[in-house]
Amino acid sequence: MAEPILEMKDINVYYGAIHALKGISLTVNPGEVVTLIGANGAGKTTTLATICGLMRSKTGSLRYAGEDIANAATHRLVAKGLVMAPEGRGIFPNLTVEENLLLGAYARADKEGIQKDLRHGYEIFPRLAERKKQRGGTLSGGEQQMLAIARSLMSRPKLLLLDEPSLGLAPLIVQTIFETVDTVNKEGVTILLVEQNARIALKHSNRAYVIESGEISTEGNSADLLTDPRVKAAYLGEG
Amino acid sequence: MGRMIGILVVSLAVVLGVNWFLDSYIDQYVVRVINMCGISIILAVSLNVINGLCGQFSLGHAGFMAIGAYVSAWFTTTLRYFDEAQAKYVAIEPMFSSQWGFVPALIVGGIAAAIAGAVVGIPTLRLKGDYLAIATLGFGEIVTIMITNFETIGGANGLPGLPAYSNTFWIFAFVVIVVMFSWYLQRSTFGRALIAIRENELAAEVMGISASRMKVMAFIYGAFFAGIAGGLLGHLLQTISPATFNFMKSIEVVVMLVLGGLGSMTGAIVGAIVLTALPEALRDVESEIGLVGVRMVAYALVLILLMIFRPQGIFGQKELSLKLLGRLIPGRKSGNAGGEE
Ligand SMILES: Nc1ncnc2c1ncn2[C@@H]1O[C@H](COP(=O)(O)OP(=O)(O)OP(=O)(O)O)[C@@H](O)[C@H]1O
Ligand SMILES: [Mg+2]
Repeated sequence: MAEPILEMKDINVYYGAIHALKGISLTVNPGEVVTLIGANGAGKTTTLATICGLMRSKTGSLRYAGEDIANAATHRLVAKGLVMAPEGRGIFPNLTVEENLLLGAYARADKEGIQKDLRHGYEIFPRLAERKKQRGGTLSGGEQQMLAIARSLMSRPKLLLLDEPSLGLAPLIVQTIFETVDTVNKEGVTILLVEQNARIALKHSNRAYVIESGEISTEGNSADLLTDPRVKAAYLGEG
Repeated sequence: MGRMIGILVVSLAVVLGVNWFLDSYIDQYVVRVINMCGISIILAVSLNVINGLCGQFSLGHAGFMAIGAYVSAWFTTTLRYFDEAQAKYVAIEPMFSSQWGFVPALIVGGIAAAIAGAVVGIPTLRLKGDYLAIATLGFGEIVTIMITNFETIGGANGLPGLPAYSNTFWIFAFVVIVVMFSWYLQRSTFGRALIAIRENELAAEVMGISASRMKVMAFIYGAFFAGIAGGLLGHLLQTISPATFNFMKSIEVVVMLVLGGLGSMTGAIVGAIVLTALPEALRDVESEIGLVGVRMVAYALVLILLMIFRPQGIFGQKELSLKLLGRLIPGRKSGNAGGEE
């Protein structure tokens, strides 16, 4: 098997006295969609923040594409292809849709490539094309989520971290967002997806990890977890 | 780039013409108000990059001005110090003793202020909002205290005898430069990165923007032009003292920004002109109706009313454009804020 694109081993993260991640280990292989599911406060966002260098672990190791990134600065990871679309969308409300997208390409210098990707982004999300000149803050929740994803794609990610892309969206929009996840993945982007909406996340991923109070409690193929009785009871709302 | 130089040359020629016209035909009091407006514009536009675009609440502009003013004066003005051995005052002749030395002196002052800006920028990496405001305020106070204790440059009594090199031409030449640079900057990737930091620092970082580097750069940029403005002011007033650059000066510039609309360069320019010219205009009204003090009351009232009815400032975050002029008509809804055409 190929070398993993992301490898986290025995990661411990604290917020002051709060022990948020308790020895998390996970791997993502090139080309996969891996999902991390768990309840509120389980430590999903913290896991992604640690991968991006926003939080640091005192133990264990963190490797991306064969490189030790345990101490890498967040803003340097983008150029290496490790990109996060943060929770709550994190768009720039007073910049236009297009300016938001161009900031996604901040770490790039190839003008033509940027224009090409901009057009491609508008192809994936025609809604954004219609709203190019509109301020990001005036978009609907679903459109903002599209913008956040499109913006992260502008930096040509190899590994894309998505933090709850379905948060607060109507089922139909959630469907659209996850179809995009499939499309993007087919175009060769590896994805680590954090979700509370376990059912749809499991349907659109290859493998999954379940995180409970800062620890990985279950892992396996997504198809298997969909039928796992414990997962069903705790995360799919079925007896 | 070529176009920029073209605009610059044309603008400077216009400024030169205006300078000659003002000198020859206009009352010197009016010219002085115009000059003060120009200095205010440099201050407000440069502070707008720190406070407006990058969203860092700095109250340190007066400190940067002071550094620019005193450093440039150091090069143009005869300094005196008391020599114990000879028991008399000894004069130090200035390094640049002609008008030609003025611009180099201003630039050295600007660079000194920019270095201070880099130093002040560093705490901004950890401090936000009110805390940063207080830290930068403290910086300004430290600068004035240091000047107060430095006898060679006049200490608390101030430094007299700066040559009268400032005039409408030089002031507005720098107005043109700062406005053009800032306009260009605002539309560049660098400017957008600053705005991104203001809007959402975490998202900016994950887009590959080094927030710490950008914040320090914003401070360096703002401080450089504040230093230039300080030098221009010094050579206009001809006497400078620590009190010229106390924290009220910083607050005044912040008020100009808030009045015009934080984040809008057009707003900064309008705010600077209004707040500099208004008290002067009201001075006439005051003597007309013979009520002393009415000026300051009216001034305060204008500010209060504006903040009640238009808390986002005159321009919000918008820039003046022909399209916007059409939309400024009251009652019409304007979308697309922040999008400068
Ligand atoms: N800045 C912080 N300071 C202190 N504690 C924090 C901070 N951020 C998160 N925590 C705590 O760390 C734990 C994990 O939080 P995290 O945000 O990773 O959860 P999550 O799984 O993403 O939850 P959600 O689904 O609600 O987004 C929680 O107990 C939370 O209260
Ligand atoms: Mg979360």
